[in-house]
Amino acid sequence: MRLDIRLPIGALFIVIGIMLVAYGMFADTSIYAKSLGLNVNLWWGLALLVFGGIFTFYGTRRRPLEDPSARAE
Amino acid sequence: MNQLHLAAIDYVILGTYFVFVLGIGVLLRRYTHTSTDFFLSGRSIPAWVAGLAFLSANLGAQEVIGMAASGAKYGIATSHFYWIGAIPAMAFVGVFMMPFYYGSRARSVPEYLRLRFDEKTRGLNAISFAVMTVFSSGISMYAMGLLMTALLGWSFDFSVLMSAVIVLAYILLGGLTSAIYNEVLQFFLIVAGLLPLVFLGLRDVGGWSGLTERLTVTATQHGFAPGAWTHSWRHMNDAAANPMGIEWFGLAMGLGFVLSFGYWTTDFLVVQRAMAAESMSAARRTPLIAAFPKMLFPVLVILPGMIAIALTTSAGQTGFALPKLADGSYNYDMSIPMMLGHYFPPGLLGLGLTALMASFMSGMAGNVTAFNTVWTYDIYQAYLRRDATDRHLVWMGRMATVVGVALSIATAYATTRFNNIMDMLQLVFAFVNAPLFATFLLGMFWKRATGHGAFTGLLAGTLAAAVHHGLTLPGTASVGIKGGWLGSVAHHYPSEMAQNFWTAIFAWSTCFAVTILVSLATRARGDEELRGLVYSLTERPRDEGRSWYARPAMLSVIVLALTLVLNVVFF
Repeated sequence: MRLDIRLPIGALFIVIGIMLVAYGMFADTSIYAKSLGLNVNLWWGLALLVFGGIFTFYGTRRRPLEDPSARAE
Repeated sequence: MNQLHLAAIDYVILGTYFVFVLGIGVLLRRYTHTSTDFFLSGRSIPAWVAGLAFLSANLGAQEVIGMAASGAKYGIATSHFYWIGAIPAMAFVGVFMMPFYYGSRARSVPEYLRLRFDEKTRGLNAISFAVMTVFSSGISMYAMGLLMTALLGWSFDFSVLMSAVIVLAYILLGGLTSAIYNEVLQFFLIVAGLLPLVFLGLRDVGGWSGLTERLTVTATQHGFAPGAWTHSWRHMNDAAANPMGIEWFGLAMGLGFVLSFGYWTTDFLVVQRAMAAESMSAARRTPLIAAFPKMLFPVLVILPGMIAIALTTSAGQTGFALPKLADGSYNYDMSIPMMLGHYFPPGLLGLGLTALMASFMSGMAGNVTAFNTVWTYDIYQAYLRRDATDRHLVWMGRMATVVGVALSIATAYATTRFNNIMDMLQLVFAFVNAPLFATFLLGMFWKRATGHGAFTGLLAGTLAAAVHHGLTLPGTASVGIKGGWLGSVAHHYPSEMAQNFWTAIFAWSTCFAVTILVSLATRARGDEELRGLVYSLTERPRDEGRSWYARPAMLSVIVLALTLVLNVVFF
């Protein structure tokens, strides 16, 4: 197996997630008038972080979850 | 139009994405040696990766921007592009056609045509496909440039050149693998960027009930029954009763059977992703794995358009409204971009724009990789340098990538006259792709079909499409690029879409009939030569004893059943 695609995807989502969460925690909250009063940066950033974490976790396991039937032929 | 102002954080997110896209190309550089690596990813892509790339390669400008535009213009009936169009076709290609595509070891769709029929059929298909691909890529680029100019105030030249250079760079580095990996990344970004938009839009409009209520007003204002925007089938009995201007037969045959099957089963842009899969089983599951998310994509790409028109008709709490064009009609193409600017604060806005950018790039990369493969294998190696070494082919592939991108840029500058990109692409597909599905259907399931039959059938089908288009006119359009250019107008269709669907039906039927007639009059090839290429002469792939999720037939039954449920729920 060469490069597991889950690693770069996981990494990108973690990086973007951290940026959004940090921005959501420190930026002026008046910008959320647009998003109906919700701090979407914080919440969506957290969601992306979780997603990125899951992908990175499965991507770094030595045997990536592989469907045994795919190798049968 | 009020432009968006990007904050530093938005640029940082967009920049991070570019770094990752190029980084994937750089990492894959060292795995790309042979022409099989460059054009077919060494046939080593796992099923789920190939599946998401299969979906994502099609997620270009015409999908994200065009589907939202159609959602605003026609309402939920736009989902037919998915629910009777794409999904059944994807199930069919996975279960019935992939055994021939993958099993024959053809390296491209035109090459399958050479194995099954003859050289001239391949040549015809290869050349028309190459032209069409560059054309699509150019339209996509043009749309992107226009959008970035309107939305961000970037110059058209800068937007087009920057995205072209990035796509070019990562394909040159890692070939098809690079395109596929980035398509998967882009798929997740598109979902991540659009999901919060749908959430906020729905919240603003007052949920599904609020949306339905407002769309009732929209429908009545346009002179249709109150449910015209929120029912996909109920108003299809009469072309005059729905905003699409098509009746159920034209819809099911034209869009469902001819256009969608033509596109999803024969277009090398998507089929190439399945051919790159690591095994026959993975190749057959590729379109089926793509079908599951595809089934739900109307939520991400059509719903925002419906929300946009609903809020424009009767305002929500934040006063969103679609901008108007110079002629007073709404600029439907701006549905998603305007909503991004309206609802997303700095930060999330960067992600939303990254999603748009990702969709443009995946569409462009899909076209470019399909183009460089067809050019190199089916035109260059077939007609110009038969004895080319493998190393030379890889070099040629890289050159073709550069030329393909350059031609796309040229097309982008040759601007189009249609305001709805979707209609324009449907027109191109109708001329070229619609007859093609008849050829493949006969080629794969009728061993008596011959090369002469296929070739004349294709030509006749394309000609029939052109003649039909030249003799009919949609709506109130004047004679010209929209039809009627053959001098007299034999029929007026209620809408461009209806005209396109019927053009496709005529093209398909003509190709089907002519192929059969000419095949019967010409000599067929022996059974031995057709083994592995035709249904009746090929051993069925055996799936018994595998877990249900590894069996293409089982997956297709599940996805079709779920799609049926969606059709019933939104009837």
